[in-house]
Amino acid sequence: MPSNDERWLDAEAGPVVRPYALTQGRTRHTGESFDLVATVMATQSAITDPGSLAPEHMSVLQLARAPTTVADIASDVDLPLGVVRIILADLRELGLVMIRTPVVMAERIDKHTLREVLNGLRGL
Amino acid sequence: MDYGVSDPVGGRPRSPGQHRAIKILLAGGFGVGKTTLVGAVSEIRPLRTEEPLTEGSLRTDSTAGVEGKTTTTVAMDFGRISLRSDLVLYLFGTPGQQRFWFMWDELAIGALGAVVLADTRRLADSFPAIDYFERRQIPFIIALNCFDGARRYDTEDVRMALDLEPGLPIVLCDARSKESAKDVLIALVEHVLVTASEEPLSGIA
Repeated sequence: MPSNDERWLDAEAGPVVRPYALTQGRTRHTGESFDLVATVMATQSAITDPGSLAPEHMSVLQLARAPTTVADIASDVDLPLGVVRIILADLRELGLVMIRTPVVMAERIDKHTLREVLNGLRGL
Repeated sequence: MDYGVSDPVGGRPRSPGQHRAIKILLAGGFGVGKTTLVGAVSEIRPLRTEEPLTEGSLRTDSTAGVEGKTTTTVAMDFGRISLRSDLVLYLFGTPGQQRFWFMWDELAIGALGAVVLADTRRLADSFPAIDYFERRQIPFIIALNCFDGARRYDTEDVRMALDLEPGLPIVLCDARSKESAKDVLIALVEHVLVTASEEPLSGIA
């Protein structure tokens, strides 16, 4: 028998519903999946028709003008990761951003990189 | 391995592929000092994810210490350390309870390794994290956060209590100190390097 807490999940879910309204209720993005630290980069330096994009899509696109990561963007726009992923996938579908798997994700982290990380940390 | 990602513009000089992002996970029980440690060594930033909790996850969740936590917002400790212009370390501090494993599954892919931050007064809180990393063969170390007033234990006693392999590093730290937090990360990378050296070259059938 479900507890009261479980029954009240819907009321508690208020904050979840609002961000996902930005995505027209979609909770999953289209196309190939991408990692939290995948590199995101805008493909064009200027948007020819800014009015065609929702403000949140515009904000995300602005942040991607210099290469950044999915996690950085989510943190900067202060939207949940799930929402940011959907927005990014939309932008990718429109050809406005590229999303790339970071180098080290493509294969196991090699020793050379590990040593670079080690030296980098020691030098902090 | 090549990426095979086509550049829709073609031939552009910008090469984001050079950006190397390294993930390190920081796991541990509630209130063990994850946020403090990430904040000590990096610029900590807000990052949240929202997932509906299933009835199943609510039932398996231990309510001890997380009373009333039916909220679906999960805040992560997210830290970024630029080691070089093309090499960035990302720290993700995630809650230790089993119900957050869905987040770890994603964070763990391609991660360099993990730090399990433990409090000697509540060692059992780190069991789920240890189990998780052992099962997925993700290299990890234990960092004991030495809280003021907490009794200092011998690391070998902790090893026994946590049933850890002899070679697994257990380091003492003060999560508030930058130097100490840095040493924890260094210990992890050194452990990963040693583990990588020990691995046999064969293994591909």
